[in-house]
Amino acid sequence: MTDKVNIALRVNGKSYAIAVEPRRSLADALREDCGLTGTHLGCEHGVCGACTVLVDGKPVRACLMFAVQVGETEVRTVEGLAKGEVLHPLQKQFWENHGLQCGFCTPGFLMLAAGALEADPDISDDELREVLSSNLCRCTGYQNIIKAVKLAAAEMRK
Amino acid sequence: MSWIGRSLPRLEDPALVKGAGNYVADVARGSASVRFVRSPVASGTILGVEKPDEGLVFTAADLDGVKGIKPILHRPDYVAIEQPVLPRDRVVFAGQAIAVVVAEDHATAEDLAEQVFVDIEPGDAALDVDLALQEGSPIVHEQASTNVLVEGKIRTSGLDAVLEQAAATIRMEIRSRRQAAMPLETRGGVAQYDRVTGRVTLFASVQMPHMLRTGIADVLGIPEADLRVVAPDVGGGFGQKMSLFPEYIILVWLARHLQRNLAWIEDRRENLMASTHSRDQAFTVTGAFSADGKLLGVDADMRSNVGAFSCYPVTCGVEPLMALAELPGPYAVKEYGARSRGVTTNTCMMAPYRGVSRPTLTFTMERMMDVAARRLGIDPIEIRRRNLVDTFPHRTPTGLIYDEGSYKATMESAVNAIDLPAFRERQKREWERGRYFGFGISVFNERTGYGTPAYAARGMDIVPGYEIVDCTMDPSGNVSVRIGASPHGQGLKTSLAQLVADELGVTPQMVKVISGDTDATPYGWGTFASRSMVIAGGASKLAAGKIASKLKVIAAAILESDPDNIDLNDGLAKIRNSNRSVPIAELARAAYHQSHKFPSVGAGLHENAIYDPAGTFSNASHASIVEVDVETGQVKIERFVVAEDAGVLINPMIVDGQIHGGVAQGIANALYEEIVYDDLGNCLTTSLADFLPPTMLEIPTIEILHSYTMSNASITKAKGVGEGGLIGAPASVINAVVDALSPFGIEIFEMPASPQRILDHIRGKRTA
Ligand code: FES
Ligand code: FES
Repeated sequence: MTDKVNIALRVNGKSYAIAVEPRRSLADALREDCGLTGTHLGCEHGVCGACTVLVDGKPVRACLMFAVQVGETEVRTVEGLAKGEVLHPLQKQFWENHGLQCGFCTPGFLMLAAGALEADPDISDDELREVLSSNLCRCTGYQNIIKAVKLAAAEMRK
Repeated sequence: MSWIGRSLPRLEDPALVKGAGNYVADVARGSASVRFVRSPVASGTILGVEKPDEGLVFTAADLDGVKGIKPILHRPDYVAIEQPVLPRDRVVFAGQAIAVVVAEDHATAEDLAEQVFVDIEPGDAALDVDLALQEGSPIVHEQASTNVLVEGKIRTSGLDAVLEQAAATIRMEIRSRRQAAMPLETRGGVAQYDRVTGRVTLFASVQMPHMLRTGIADVLGIPEADLRVVAPDVGGGFGQKMSLFPEYIILVWLARHLQRNLAWIEDRRENLMASTHSRDQAFTVTGAFSADGKLLGVDADMRSNVGAFSCYPVTCGVEPLMALAELPGPYAVKEYGARSRGVTTNTCMMAPYRGVSRPTLTFTMERMMDVAARRLGIDPIEIRRRNLVDTFPHRTPTGLIYDEGSYKATMESAVNAIDLPAFRERQKREWERGRYFGFGISVFNERTGYGTPAYAARGMDIVPGYEIVDCTMDPSGNVSVRIGASPHGQGLKTSLAQLVADELGVTPQMVKVISGDTDATPYGWGTFASRSMVIAGGASKLAAGKIASKLKVIAAAILESDPDNIDLNDGLAKIRNSNRSVPIAELARAAYHQSHKFPSVGAGLHENAIYDPAGTFSNASHASIVEVDVETGQVKIERFVVAEDAGVLINPMIVDGQIHGGVAQGIANALYEEIVYDDLGNCLTTSLADFLPPTMLEIPTIEILHSYTMSNASITKAKGVGEGGLIGAPASVINAVVDALSPFGIEIFEMPASPQRILDHIRGKRTA
């Protein structure tokens, strides 16, 4: 399993030429090969969602996808959310509303929510809860996460 | 202006929301990867370990001179068991590390670990806490003659009489199933070897960095100065990251031995089977009540499954001795008898998990109150009213002193928020329609912020408790606060910055709190047991107060006034009731650069302080409304109200966040999460899909009401709040489930009340 494959990952608008084993997960490639450690690993079983990134705009468990599968797609991670020093509305609302404690789940929730809100800016509260229930947080009891995402949704609709 | 009491957005967060946090796996890049080979059986004799021809593989035979981990309690009833860092001849739980491999990257390390063959002859295993106590049970540790490692007892003289004369005695078999703290970030460490100095820096996802340094240095026989431990951003702990684990000792040993940088990042399977577990407890409890519902006495036999080893530093006494001391909780009871045992088994080690025993203790007392109320025909709220402590200080039969609290008042406000009479009407209507709604209440107090006296009383060889804080105002007027506490998600840096800012008249943004680095902070005990705000907060206030005094002396000299007339506020030192002032930054500069002018102050602004309080009890009441689906056994929580009292809230938003998170874990404990072993001692719940932590769909909106009792037991007037949510929620939810099912006449004394268990109860009754 040591033969490496050369691939070009497009992440947050930048191209990364890397050589990975075919078994390398997208999460490991992002973290280890691209140095983008904002994407976290909480289980590597596809359950917790801490590793959620956007692949062509769709939320994906980066621990369940191989780096070699990514191909020509556009990957977005938490590092690409803010515009320079200006926080994305989701980041800002998570901060102002205490949507994080240890912060380990946060990048995954931010990307999950970003994907959901971009796909449907008028998503209903029930649908939003349903979508956000795909990720786990152990610290916040979710209360301030849903609050922050709703406020960000309102801000993004403006 | 005052910063205390404001919901200031956390100073920690900008980095974390940008993905720029620095968790232990984030510093692992460039290190070789370490992986453990673990026992596939619960009990057995190691016949041999076959290493592959190539690759770095180490076993106990390689660890010459490395001692075992031996936590000590000074009690005649304690049996000290040594935990080998790697076992030589016997394994005692499935998941115990037997060998360790090192490879260039994680995947290669996994490949290598799979090629290590451990030949073990399986033996009989003791798994269940009560079976392990029976005659003829396998004995887990040959050095001990039984499986009881610690046993505490108390019995007041009048207990037998009240048990005999009581109008009603309630006897319950309480069972709490095994649970895990399950921080979202698993354990992990990165050991970096410095070739010049020979020192190792261990980055580790831990709650007690200084304790870890001491523990590792002791076991390896090296000076503490040769090791630096850094807790970077930590992705949650909840108690699971307090203990000294063999994995960290091996990591440091390997880094020194191989003279290279190494990383071990635990995977989720290891975390669930081999980190630590908690709450595997069985209690037999009898409550004696008078006809008018007064609790006259409690008699308890409590067994806690402490797993295969005793955790360092708090030992396997942590659950059983907490149970012994604190069962009566907020209720005044004169006669109390308890026997509380820590029982070793061939399962993963028990260690503290947020709440420690008290979720089960509160579950016990609150179930007892509901059962007694029904038996005696008294309203469940009224029976609590008749028994809750309402004069302070209150001394318990086990010698605890409760400082001022609001036990009754919080219960009344939780109940009022629900509007119980209206709910009872609705409940009847719904029952008629075949829908089962129930109301549940729990009341509890929580000992928080306790210093050395409490731990010394437990007989601990290592007595934690105090905190030392170093506080410096630099010549620019900025402040650094170095603490021994070690936050891992609580937002402590923000709360302390608010506290210190008020003391010194600066903004919280000017206060930098430094934690989690043994090279940069004073020796301390880390963050656990709802202690940091009270104890590190108290020490920070004292240290900052000393600097404030110096600033006032300097200001008085410059303004030609009296230090007692100076206020520090909004960046200025002002003469009270005048408009004369001098900027604090100017005073700071003077303290360093013109120190000859202020001989009574001395040079610079650097102070430290120690705070070691006896402890302060916060309290709360949780009220819930649930609906039980009697076809599926599913429980839906419709409302959850917390009425709590933690004194002064330094940052109310952070306090609410602690409660939200604690309640969510409590709901998980009540209804979902359970670590399950099969009959041979294999852990069956090795993924999050098996362990069932709740998602946003299972956790309701949590409504919080605050009361503010000011207690002199805490110099900041803040009480600890970290664990309470988890202590009260299970009892409230299960009481509500039982209430919902009262047409079936069911009692539930076991948690989690999983859908299957609820259905079994309903069906058992239906066929009866
Ligand atoms: S790490 Fe990918 S889902 Fe948990
Ligand atoms: S903030 Fe810690 S897991 Fe979500």
